[in-house]
Amino acid sequence: MIVIEKLTKNFGPIAAVSDIDLVVAKGEVLGFLGPNGAGKSTTMKMIAGYLTPSAGRVSICGHDVETDTIRAQSNLGYLPEGAPAYGDMTPRQFLAFIAEVRGFRGADAKKRAADAAAITELESVLEQPIETLSKGFKRRVGFAQAILHDPPVLVMDEPTDGLDPNQKHSVRDLIHAMAAEKAIIISTHLLEEVEAVCTRAVIIDRGRIVADGTPASLLARSRHHNAVTLSLPVDQVAAAKAALQAQPGISSVEEVARHDGIATLTAYPRATDLIIENVSALAASQHWDVKELYAEAGRLDDVFRALTTSDAQRARERAGVVA
Amino acid sequence: MRQVLAIFKREFAAYFATPVAYVFIVIFLLAMGAFTFYVGHFYDNGVANLSVFFGYHPWLYLFLVPAVGMRLWAEERRLGTMELLLTLPIPIWASVLGKFLAAWAFTGVALALTFPIWITVNYLGNPDNGAIAASYIGSFLMAGGYLAISAAISATTNNQVIAFVVSVLVCFLFTISGAPLVLDFFQAWAPIVLVNTISSFSFLTHFQAISSGVIDLRDLIYFGSLIALFLTVNVVLVDLKKTS
Repeated sequence: MIVIEKLTKNFGPIAAVSDIDLVVAKGEVLGFLGPNGAGKSTTMKMIAGYLTPSAGRVSICGHDVETDTIRAQSNLGYLPEGAPAYGDMTPRQFLAFIAEVRGFRGADAKKRAADAAAITELESVLEQPIETLSKGFKRRVGFAQAILHDPPVLVMDEPTDGLDPNQKHSVRDLIHAMAAEKAIIISTHLLEEVEAVCTRAVIIDRGRIVADGTPASLLARSRHHNAVTLSLPVDQVAAAKAALQAQPGISSVEEVARHDGIATLTAYPRATDLIIENVSALAASQHWDVKELYAEAGRLDDVFRALTTSDAQRARERAGVVA
Repeated sequence: MRQVLAIFKREFAAYFATPVAYVFIVIFLLAMGAFTFYVGHFYDNGVANLSVFFGYHPWLYLFLVPAVGMRLWAEERRLGTMELLLTLPIPIWASVLGKFLAAWAFTGVALALTFPIWITVNYLGNPDNGAIAASYIGSFLMAGGYLAISAAISATTNNQVIAFVVSVLVCFLFTISGAPLVLDFFQAWAPIVLVNTISSFSFLTHFQAISSGVIDLRDLIYFGSLIALFLTVNVVLVDLKKTS
């Protein structure tokens, strides 16, 4: 549905996006991850036809975005960063406008606008000017606009940014509900969002793809993958640490916290071995007063930090290059 | 064409969604009245025609029309709605045309609201209503010319003040090129062809030709092609924004 080939965008001497190749199929929800300034928004703007690539091409449902722009855009629902909308219009007027430019007429247009408003729970604010709405409602107006024509391809730049946990949850539910029928790309820097809604995660850094896989496969790259954390009284810590370290499957043990007489240890596996059974057997045989014991799937922020660079670091490097 | 209509409706409604439209219309009418009656001494002239009234139009439009046109693209760029507009399946020319027509219709509404002066002059005497109708058409075309320039310049910036100032400047050049001030300067030494060319670029020359009561095809073509030229420039400028 979305085919991106060798996509490149330079702003003057700075390469914002370099040589990105990506194919997103129907049923996929692709989470686009990366630090601020990594090129997420630039890539999405090129997919949507707002920016012309310096090189490479994007096609949506077989229509090249650059040469067959209107047909490509007809198949696309796009939520730009910050969900811009005409502030002087009410959501009803705005959605009617969107329906009209998307080619719906009369009763059909009305129904489309009403359905989009219903799905995004906008009914209570339909008659208020958009500029007076809260951030959450504004975001949902943008969301309603993007799904009004039931597009096969949906691209959303930070759809849950600035929403409260309830609103985030409802947006994620919406994405879930539509996922089977569409190819969806969302960008985010909320790592838990990727685990919550995405079937695939792509991490980009400095305009290049540095990781591409299922959230689970990315988690497996975390040093916390299959690590075991246990809490036990402070007086048992020294013995427990020594016993755990002696286990062949465990590479290291760290004390990560200590308060109220309870210490928390994390044991990291040597390979990606599952060590929780060993640890729990050990704890039972040694009669430790274990308060807590669990294995971790991994932490995306480990993977994220290992693969990407901060904006400050990039700026330093750039300044270094110039000097 | 339906998309042009959709954009037109949205933009036209946008003028009236805020007090801007009403403020503009009031200022427009007050300025027209002030110039006609106080500066132009409409009553003292003792002539039942509107040449004094129409004579001030180019100079009032010089400031008022860029004020209408400045928001057309600059505001979209500042608020980020430009990204929404350009990612909807609307050809750029349709957005450019829809916006221009909406702003032009708005100035048309303001111009039409000067009708009391037409009633006044008919009450006072027997004016040449054909010439007045021609002048209104000429004035409306001239407003379109100023507006096409302002809209194109608005597409180059996200700052409405800059859009306004630059538009006034460019419109001024198009106005002044037919004024005696400029033509006298050239007439002394330049070949007549050059003087005529400079003069032919002027709004004044063509507007005065129409307001004399004669709608010449050449004057219509002048305003039509000027509007078409600047709308084309507008399309190119919006398209260029995508490659920046």
